[in-house]
Amino acid sequence: MAGKISGLVAVILFLCLAAAAGAAQNVPPKVGGPLPEMELLKPNNSTDSQYLGLSFFGKKFQVNRIKAKVVIIQIFSMYCPYCQADAPNVNRLYGLIENNPALKNKIKMIGIGAGNTPFEVETFKKKYKVPFPLIPDEGFKIHKILGEVRTPYFIAVKITPNGRTEVIYSRLGALENNDQFLAQLVKSASIK
Amino acid sequence: MKKNILGLIFVVCFLACSAYAASDAFKNNVYNPGEMKPVDSMLKVKVGDRAPDFTLPAVSGKNVSLRDFHGKKNVVISFVPAAWTPVCSDQWPGYNIIQDVFADNDAVLLGITVDNIPTLFSWTNQMGKLWFDVLSDFWPHGAAAAKFGVLRSDGVAERALFVIDKKGIVRYIDVHNINQRPLLEDLVRELEKLK
Repeated sequence: MAGKISGLVAVILFLCLAAAAGAAQNVPPKVGGPLPEMELLKPNNSTDSQYLGLSFFGKKFQVNRIKAKVVIIQIFSMYCPYCQADAPNVNRLYGLIENNPALKNKIKMIGIGAGNTPFEVETFKKKYKVPFPLIPDEGFKIHKILGEVRTPYFIAVKITPNGRTEVIYSRLGALENNDQFLAQLVKSASIK
Repeated sequence: MKKNILGLIFVVCFLACSAYAASDAFKNNVYNPGEMKPVDSMLKVKVGDRAPDFTLPAVSGKNVSLRDFHGKKNVVISFVPAAWTPVCSDQWPGYNIIQDVFADNDAVLLGITVDNIPTLFSWTNQMGKLWFDVLSDFWPHGAAAAKFGVLRSDGVAERALFVIDKKGIVRYIDVHNINQRPLLEDLVRELEKLK
């Protein structure tokens, strides 16, 4: 009996330490620091893969493999009312980038659906006609790595020529001014 | 010793189910009860049974009865345990953007909790404008949930989905693990079977 209890305590302590270790990392990415390593599901349609420049084989990719100088990451959920309300504005941001020759192909966008299945992400994409890739994060794995941020949350990452990442924007809440936001990214990433 | 173990289990479970309701719409107003017993009731209906009727007040101010839809609409009933809790706050906003899927399958959605109308009013206001009726099973407490056999021993409803056809017959039941959100695709698949 005593042995069983000791075993149970050991398991619980292990779970607690694992949870504590996870919690210790549960802070949003900080500006100036690297983006935490995370493996994202590669889009299963060629349009999104081509947009991101992911020509290699494989089911997953890291953000630094995206062919861009800056990647804007939107953490959202199909179940998040604010994300739903903000979707048209985020689509406009995409339009501003794609319609500006100085930004097109240099700044790319992805969304990560926290706790969303591929079906749920696709539902959001269809409902709001989201033109950029949305990546499912069914088990909240990526969400946890990114500090279990509230949604919508925006992160912008600069990718250096040698593949390193540097966070240049990390903030909770909808973007209030797309033009100012883009100007800030252009300045921070020295896009010419 | 036992108390310590229970305390540790609580901490682990609390951390485990804190990811839901991350929407800033709810800010820090969501209460996290921690991990709960997945299911804590005994169903009183099964697929093929006639669904028990009920009449409940809606947040919109009207009374809604299940029989109102007989011969007219398929009905999805979504019982959720409680307002201002993590998974519940992260469920109905998803249904709110698939009104077309319900319409395509000639179905309406009724959301039900055992909370009272003022609480439901405040809570659902954070979800944006809902297209479906939200009903209060507050008094007699949990009576509708009890008719279906989804009233838990602590007085809240299960997280349960019932699909009822136009003849009033139960076509699908999912008494889900209270700690987790049912997959949207499962509900959509069942709706499409009604055609």
